[in-house]
Amino acid sequence: MLTYILRRILYSIPVLIAASFLIFTAVTAVGDPLAELKLNPLASKQTIELVRERKHLDEPIPVQYVYWVQDALTNGFGTPLLVNEPIWDDLKRVIPHTLALVVSAELIALLFGVSIGVYSAIRQYSVADYAGTTLSFLGFAMPVFWLALMLQIAFTNLFLAWNVRIFYTSGLSSVDPGGGLHWLLDRAQHLAIPVMCLAVLQIAVYSRYMRASLLEVVHSDYVRTARAKGLSEGRVTMRHAVRNALIPVVTLSALSFGGLIGGAIITESIFQLDGMGNYFIENLLSQDVYPVMAWLMITATMIVLFNLIADILYGYLDPRVRYD
Amino acid sequence: MTNPSLDSERTFAQAAVAGAGMAAGEAGDGNLVYETGLEVEVRSQWTFARRRFFRHRLAVLSLFVLIVVLGAGLLAKWVAPYPYDGIDLENAGVGPTFDSWHLFGTDLLGRDYFSRVIYGIQTSEKVAFLVAFLAVAIGTVVGAAAGYYGRWVDNALMRFTDLVLTLPGLAVLLTAAAFLGHGSQYRVAIILSLLFWTALARIVRGQFLSLREKEYVDAAKAAGAGDLRIMFRHMLPNCLGPIIVFATLTVGIAILTEAALSYLGFGILPPTPALGLLIAQGQDVSTDLWWLVLFPGLTIVLIVLCINFVGDGLRDALDPTQRIRA
Repeated sequence: MLTYILRRILYSIPVLIAASFLIFTAVTAVGDPLAELKLNPLASKQTIELVRERKHLDEPIPVQYVYWVQDALTNGFGTPLLVNEPIWDDLKRVIPHTLALVVSAELIALLFGVSIGVYSAIRQYSVADYAGTTLSFLGFAMPVFWLALMLQIAFTNLFLAWNVRIFYTSGLSSVDPGGGLHWLLDRAQHLAIPVMCLAVLQIAVYSRYMRASLLEVVHSDYVRTARAKGLSEGRVTMRHAVRNALIPVVTLSALSFGGLIGGAIITESIFQLDGMGNYFIENLLSQDVYPVMAWLMITATMIVLFNLIADILYGYLDPRVRYD
Repeated sequence: MTNPSLDSERTFAQAAVAGAGMAAGEAGDGNLVYETGLEVEVRSQWTFARRRFFRHRLAVLSLFVLIVVLGAGLLAKWVAPYPYDGIDLENAGVGPTFDSWHLFGTDLLGRDYFSRVIYGIQTSEKVAFLVAFLAVAIGTVVGAAAGYYGRWVDNALMRFTDLVLTLPGLAVLLTAAAFLGHGSQYRVAIILSLLFWTALARIVRGQFLSLREKEYVDAAKAAGAGDLRIMFRHMLPNCLGPIIVFATLTVGIAILTEAALSYLGFGILPPTPALGLLIAQGQDVSTDLWWLVLFPGLTIVLIVLCINFVGDGLRDALDPTQRIRA
């Protein structure tokens, strides 16, 4: 097991190096980093020269790449085009916000997804099962940004019409959130709708997976044995069947978690949350390649990391998995 | 819609009456008729698949809805009651009403949103079908080459798809759109298909790896067929099922992704109406004019839902052993 983990970690290193090279060459080769700056009437020739100098833009691409990696490792991903603060400072601010959003969405999605899936499977072909199936199909077909906007419209109108503030529809916190519990409640009111939007698709995915995987397990021999020795139905399902059926869902959630960290782009930009996704879109709009590359690199690292965690979890939860 | 299982399930008794006395040979309708008078209907895999599909009621209904909705988009010029950019300030900001057929309401310039949505469907479906076509073309060729030749071609492909999978899809699309330029339908379609072909390449590769070992491939080789002929005339028809299912589901995913890109401002640009763009344009005034966001979104949900049902029906019909999504 330990050698397997070590080997997987070692294997991720060339993957990350290749990914970083791909990101760097694709982004800098395709877009001229100075394109936006040259169009800006406020940017003087000297400024442009200075930036060109600082970013080593006269060097060939592989040399630029080495400078970039050096910056990334020792200097907090270097600086954006015009600001003189390291990119990492901004990322340090936004990452916790995104984590709060994504972790709560993931937990809620797991809770609801697994419960719906289990219920659909033990009451297969019941009304509830069909309702669950219909809802998950709706979840798959729904654009997240549309759901987000509809909820935003509904709750804004609720506030305007009756002056009831259940959930805030924009931003991370009020102007004066107070301290302690007040702060926590305020934050929860702000995050509730974005979390809901992020969770809906995940609930659809998890409930389908859970249903399929539990249906497979309940027909296996050891479940029949458990029944035969006289255990109650609840104990058979909960203690014997569900535990094994959870394995693919747990690994799937680890896999999708890595993607979610990068994927909250739409939700964050709709609700103006100061998270990674919003940061990404802002820099994309101003065509600043350096924060964009830093962002892509961090997300790629997250995805590789969570793929690794998913593999390890899978082996830990299912001892039948052999490593060789 | 006719039910093909009815006319094809003629009993042997009927066939015996019909074909009595005829020599073995082909009857007029292409069926085989033997001397004993038994008519044996020629049933290909496709006949079975078609029958399985039409038994799937939800899929058939969805197909019907899709034909109506996508057909309306295609014929937008004749179907839409108003032009998509027709400004009518006297009817600005009208909610959904049957009066003068503003079914989906109008925006602050009085443009009829029902017509705009129909034109939007046209743009979105054009992009989505182009994406599906390109993704299938690239994915099939790359997957076939990797599965057939194996070795370094296969290795290079698999490492590359692994690499693509380590990047967050939407972010890569957004970056590509931001720095490659976007706006035109063709550019958006090409950018989307650049990412979408990898999944199909993997599927086709897997199929080709196992088909390669089949005897008929050896036979074709022995008969002197070239690599290309074996790959595309002999092996490819045997994995058309998964390809068709993939193409169908890709249309749905492409519509959702294009809508997201256009919504964020990195896809189709105004004045071309696209569904995601209509939502983006409506959102500024959406607190009052909620219909500007509601109806384009509902249209997307309806289209993608139907496509997914059709895709599911096709999967059950074409390759009953494989379940991609639980």
